[in-house]
Amino acid sequence: MSDVSTTGHWDQFMEGIWRQNPVFVMVLGMCPTLAVTVSAVNAISMGVATTFVLACSCLLVSMMRNVVPKEVRIATYIVIIATFVTAVDYIIQAISLALYDALGAFIQLIVVNCIILGRAEAHASKNRPAVATYNALGMGVGFTIGLLALGSVREVLGAGTLFGVSLFGANFQPWVIMVLPPGGFFVLGAWLLFFAWHARRKERQLREAGQHA
Amino acid sequence: MGTVEIRPAPHVRGERTVEKIMLNVVWSLLPICAFYVFQYGVSALASITVVTGACLLTERWLVRTGTQAGNIGDYSATITGLLLALTLPPGFPLWMGAIAGFVAIGLGKGLFGGLGFNVFNPALVGRAFAQAAFPTAIATYTPSFLPGRFTEFIPSSLAWPLMIPADAALWLKAKHLDALAGATPLAKWKFDGVMVGANELVTSLSGHMAVGPSPLLILLCGSYLALRRYLDWRIPMSILGGAAVVAWALFAFNPTHYPNPFFMLFSGGLILGAVYMATDMATSPVTPRGMWLYGGLIGLLTVVIRYYSGLPEGVMYAILIANAATPLIERITQPTPFGKSALAARRGASYPLNPSYISREDAGAVTPKKRILKNKPKRDERRTPTH
Repeated sequence: MSDVSTTGHWDQFMEGIWRQNPVFVMVLGMCPTLAVTVSAVNAISMGVATTFVLACSCLLVSMMRNVVPKEVRIATYIVIIATFVTAVDYIIQAISLALYDALGAFIQLIVVNCIILGRAEAHASKNRPAVATYNALGMGVGFTIGLLALGSVREVLGAGTLFGVSLFGANFQPWVIMVLPPGGFFVLGAWLLFFAWHARRKERQLREAGQHA
Repeated sequence: MGTVEIRPAPHVRGERTVEKIMLNVVWSLLPICAFYVFQYGVSALASITVVTGACLLTERWLVRTGTQAGNIGDYSATITGLLLALTLPPGFPLWMGAIAGFVAIGLGKGLFGGLGFNVFNPALVGRAFAQAAFPTAIATYTPSFLPGRFTEFIPSSLAWPLMIPADAALWLKAKHLDALAGATPLAKWKFDGVMVGANELVTSLSGHMAVGPSPLLILLCGSYLALRRYLDWRIPMSILGGAAVVAWALFAFNPTHYPNPFFMLFSGGLILGAVYMATDMATSPVTPRGMWLYGGLIGLLTVVIRYYSGLPEGVMYAILIANAATPLIERITQPTPFGKSALAARRGASYPLNPSYISREDAGAVTPKKRILKNKPKRDERRTPTH
């Protein structure tokens, strides 16, 4: 296979954060996005865990891209990803059992998170290890930012706290719906709406600038 | 004589416009709102004002962005606001009411494209959101006809934004009323096994009972609308009929366990829902047979939810579920066009005229353009190695 990307490492890194953000642009990995983002801490932990798995497995996939036969590549990717997920699973369990319980089955489910398999197949298997790692790190950071955007809104409205710090005092009325699955859909929809509005406004500004010039 | 114009039906244009229909509905709602204010005093007035105001502001904002059909002058948002306020408890915190109004218009209507495009009744979407977000506040009712209701707010309605409202039960205790007074007739029946009398239910005139607007008044105002053909009488009839039949069957089966059908019909929001919510033109079927089916479904679901779920009231979810089923109901109840055999029609004929007969542009309709992705990468570029 040939290497596709010629752009710089910084550009590779930034791709996942803004241009191809996994949550807001590609809308990938919705399962953990909606399920674990009831609080900002959960969101960041999930994001960091995913970033670690993503970067490590993309590095390995990229290094093995000329060795693995095409017919068994998906199976190979899954084995690689599952290895790192198992490692993350034990690490989180060792660091904080409370966090491990809060994230539940979604740590193991990183194996089938479509961002990771998608990036391994679409990017890492076609690029040099350094490029693949930068890209994967960017994607992971972008995913974390996306989760954090959802998690902080849901935590502020659903519990009146941010990172566990109370914002409104003891009398805050929690919005129960925000910690329920529909709240996740509503907040995600609101963010997507915001980004679509932003993109449209930018496009219009560019068009107007083009007309004036 | 002018030129002869050949064009498809409709040939006769009525005087009826969206604004006129909506304005008539608003007029018919005003007596109900007035009676509601008479029952609950300034808190109800504030609630109606704030909720309707939130709906109108949201509508104005969404219309101004230019992505939504309709405008603020067509009174549809006013109806949504009034209906939403009537379904909320009178002492519902005003800030929650404002959020419910915003969600009703924004999520229930604006997101779908505005007036006529909404799938669900906007007022009920707002109420469902409020029910899911603030389950305690929405179940806290206060009795009607309290002394001093025109000078004193129910304490919970004046809660600071984002803060927990004051406890209405404590306030009632200070007024020497027992906690049961704050429960709706349905909740009393469901959780305490107490049933209130028929007379009190129909008129809502007896004091110290947590009831909504009077069913009798709603039926009167609704019959005005039905007589002027602003709503189809089949829908309320079939809802009430469906609920009555199911409730009567259960009552006949076990009279000690199930309440009588009369109680089912006149308690809670069934009458308001049947007359004003389910008849929303955009979200109910247009075929006559479909209306019967739709109404029957709502009646059945209402009774089933009331009897067998954890909630005392089921009208809201019944109507929302039936709204979702409306396209399917319309599909299976298409009338047979004149001259077509019933068999062919049943086999999946479509009722509307052959599209070539209808000039859509003539009616002011715009055909949506097929969307083409602009920056779609070409296949060749992706495959070519760059070095």
